Amino acid sequence: MASPAGLLEQAQAAVQAADDLRALDAVRVRYLGRKGLITAELKCLGRLPVEERASAGREVNRVKQAVIGAIAARRERLEAAKMQAELANRVDVTLPGRGQPVGALHPVSRTLRRIVDIFGAAGFGVRSGPEVEDDFHNFTALNIPENHPARAMHDTFYVDTGHVLRTHTSPVQIRAMRSEGAPIRIIVPGRVYRRDYDLTHTPMFTQVEGLAVDTGISFANLKSVLYEFVSNFFERDVELRFRPSYFPFTEPSAEVDVRSESGKWLEILGCGMVHPNVLRHVDVDPERFTGYAFGMGVERLAMLRYGVEDLRRFFENDLRFIEQFR
Amino acid sequence: MRIDIEWLGEMLQRDLDPEQLAEQLTLGGLEVESVRLAETEGAPAVDGIVLDFDITPNRGDCFSVLGVAREVSALNGTRMEALEVPQVPASVEDTFPVTLAAPAACPRFAGRVIRNIKPDCRSPKWLRLRLERAGLRALHPVVDVTNYVMLELGQPLHGYDLHALSEGISVRFAEDGEPLMLLDGNRVDLQSDVLVIADESGAIGLAGIMGGQGTAVSESTRDVFLESAFFSPDSIAGRPRRFGLHTDASLRFERGVDPVHQGRAIERATELLLDIAGGQPGPLVEKVATTELPERKPVSLRLQRLNAILGTNLEPGEVEAQLGLLHIAATRGQDGWSVVPPDFRFDLEIEEDLVEEIGRMTGYDNIPEVAEQSPQHVGRATEKRLSEDRIADTLCSRGYSEVVTYGFVDRELADAVNPGADHVSLTNPLSQEMGVMRHSLWPGLLLAAQHNRSRQQPRVRLFEIGTQFGRGTNGVRECRVLAGLAIGAYRPEHWEGGARDVDFFDVKADVEAVLALAGRAGDIEFQPADHPALAGGQSARLTLADDAVGWLGAVHPRLQGRMGWKRPAILFAMQLDRSARARIPRYREYSKFPSLRRDIAAVVDEDVSADRLLRCVRSAAGDVLHDVTIFDIYRGTGIDSGRKSVALGLILQDRSRTLTDAEADRIVASTTRQLERELKAAIRE
Repeated sequence: MASPAGLLEQAQAAVQAADDLRALDAVRVRYLGRKGLITAELKCLGRLPVEERASAGREVNRVKQAVIGAIAARRERLEAAKMQAELANRVDVTLPGRGQPVGALHPVSRTLRRIVDIFGAAGFGVRSGPEVEDDFHNFTALNIPENHPARAMHDTFYVDTGHVLRTHTSPVQIRAMRSEGAPIRIIVPGRVYRRDYDLTHTPMFTQVEGLAVDTGISFANLKSVLYEFVSNFFERDVELRFRPSYFPFTEPSAEVDVRSESGKWLEILGCGMVHPNVLRHVDVDPERFTGYAFGMGVERLAMLRYGVEDLRRFFENDLRFIEQFR
Repeated sequence: MRIDIEWLGEMLQRDLDPEQLAEQLTLGGLEVESVRLAETEGAPAVDGIVLDFDITPNRGDCFSVLGVAREVSALNGTRMEALEVPQVPASVEDTFPVTLAAPAACPRFAGRVIRNIKPDCRSPKWLRLRLERAGLRALHPVVDVTNYVMLELGQPLHGYDLHALSEGISVRFAEDGEPLMLLDGNRVDLQSDVLVIADESGAIGLAGIMGGQGTAVSESTRDVFLESAFFSPDSIAGRPRRFGLHTDASLRFERGVDPVHQGRAIERATELLLDIAGGQPGPLVEKVATTELPERKPVSLRLQRLNAILGTNLEPGEVEAQLGLLHIAATRGQDGWSVVPPDFRFDLEIEEDLVEEIGRMTGYDNIPEVAEQSPQHVGRATEKRLSEDRIADTLCSRGYSEVVTYGFVDRELADAVNPGADHVSLTNPLSQEMGVMRHSLWPGLLLAAQHNRSRQQPRVRLFEIGTQFGRGTNGVRECRVLAGLAIGAYRPEHWEGGARDVDFFDVKADVEAVLALAGRAGDIEFQPADHPALAGGQSARLTLADDAVGWLGAVHPRLQGRMGWKRPAILFAMQLDRSARARIPRYREYSKFPSLRRDIAAVVDEDVSADRLLRCVRSAAGDVLHDVTIFDIYRGTGIDSGRKSVALGLILQDRSRTLTDAEADRIVASTTRQLERELKAAIRE
């Protein structure tokens, strides 16, 4: 049998020689296992004379601790090396990921959200109303009586003699003021219909109506809110032009043009001060309250914002179009 | 309306810069749509510039060179004085009798007989050119002259062949069913609210809209009767639309022509016609029902109100000057003016109309921008409804793209999707393909998917949130709906392969995800049911408290074939008014104790649904059942045909202590007994 010192030397050599974890474990079993060489030494201690036992025991234990330490150190090194080796084994990180690609929001919805956000921050609540409207709400209450030439401005789809597909979202003004009265600040997004189909018209499109009625509201306020909106929407300091125009439900009325980056004036919305007849129809006293209203075509704004040139693209639902907006 | 700029310059007696003029008029409220070079087709090439106006319906007074000239003057700060036209003395005595039988509708009628005009003569080139530049074709000199005067003064005229008229003319309302052969060769049957020009033989013209065929001038006409009348807007409005006859005359009468100067127009026409075709004029005869002429009522205009509406600080002097330029007579009162608009303006009836006039004369661009000083209102924000934005975002992140389809669809396709539905149809659709209001969003989605698939997009996932239309007890019933469609591989082609077709359960997960957003996943049941658009074996009705709120399923092979698809699409639809009513979360403390899992394999008959199995497990296991999942379904060797083995994983957890194995075993034992008893299940060991 080797001396403890010899055993230690021998074990240390074996530990160093073990070049993987399995070999190292074999070394551990050989020296420290139940039938291991050092374990055997310990078992032999009993046979030694009593006076030698203590020192021999200390010696063997010292060797045992040294071997345990060596194995642990070796294990740590081997494990680190193994991890290093595993980490060096790269996946192809350029391969595409797995799962559903994200779909796209229709550009009209995307635009509507911006409009609602901007006016929402300015204290306008969102309201909606029916798409099949009665003649009263779509026309009469908005100061467009039967036979009025302005009815020809709206090529109307009829459902029956008393009902139409709303030609604008303005009827919701009437519904909202009837139920809520004044003061009121609302915007009304929704689909509207006109019997017109060519390069620049689709028989359905999306409109946002705005209405503010309160004491002391002026045309100067209208100019301010629209300037703020348009600047926000295009995220640049825009130049606007207000032109006198005519809508039966506003007086004075205006159309608003924005100067494009190329310098051209582009019409973007219609607006005006709410006509006193409209206020009377909803029992709001026009001497006490004044208000403004505006209406804009959402597709038109989306076209200017995103550089779409053909209105009809919005309703073809071609994914090659929609997916450009996400 | 188109006008030769040189004609306008002639009336204003100065040269005009086209671009500058167009901008000035546009900013003044008379929109110039385009400034373009005159077309010279059919006429010698002569340089000329034409302004194309888009005149709003309230400004009937601007449908003439005179009207536009008045606006130009006012915008330039000069008041244009009334236009004088020389009177042509009569050289013969002939007149033609006229009766105003409907004086409220026609309170003024000026007429003149002109004898012996030369046949076979043409209008001079300068006149023809001006007509052509206005978009009118040169015809007979009488017609050309009446058109010319209409363009110049805004007063429509009509010329009759005197010999085609019998007895006298009467301006009256038609009798119901009275026939009239129009100038354009069409016969119309009239109603009693239609104003006509009539003679002994009956109606010979639609007053203010179009003349009749029988009394029109022709090549052989020698003697002419000229008509220059005022027809009230009320007596004309709506009729052109009824007959589909929007003429240059009706356009002006509907909006209102100057009710004073009918005679002036005749004088001008006479002067021109004599120059071109000679002839001897009779005296100008004017019939007037003075009390029926439109009366301009005084309107009060308050300075304070004016400035309050515009947001300006205009001085009384400025306002008066502007009123003067517009021929509006103003008498100063306590806090403003009493004003009387001129005869030719039909649109100035209330204070606000005058406010607009002052606003546009001031220039909208000169009105300041002033931020509102208003109390802040706290907006409404509800959690009780699931927002459509969140639904859309969820579906987008699950690979669906949003579409917007028309509210109207093809009736035939609508019927194929919802046979027997009482569709809301349009009385005047653009086309058959847009004939009825959608009763479902599926027709639109099917067509959108077809559009994309026929353009090399095999994998299509679409959704739409919109309105669908049905019949309710009080007419049309509208309903907000979410609908979707998925077809093609369940995920994009991938390097791992395995791109199977999307199926019922892929899409069910998407539907469940939306329901979960509203906290409704547990409330909505999927029941096997048939829908005419869905394949019988794979269709489910979504119900909430026994009400149908939606559908999910594979498209019916009939529709699939119609779309030309070899594989089925999966469709879903959900009524949002019910299913988007959101549950507000109520927090419940979760258990801090460990859970135990026990698996059971139950062999049951094929017709025992997963739902029944799970319900049975839940009721048997009681409160300690934290969750239960189906992790395998097996059919085949070892299982009788007509039966299936369903593997259930039970997660058991107590809220107040750690469960022991023995307790878990007892729960499993009682659960299996319940399964055996209730569902005739055989438990596999």
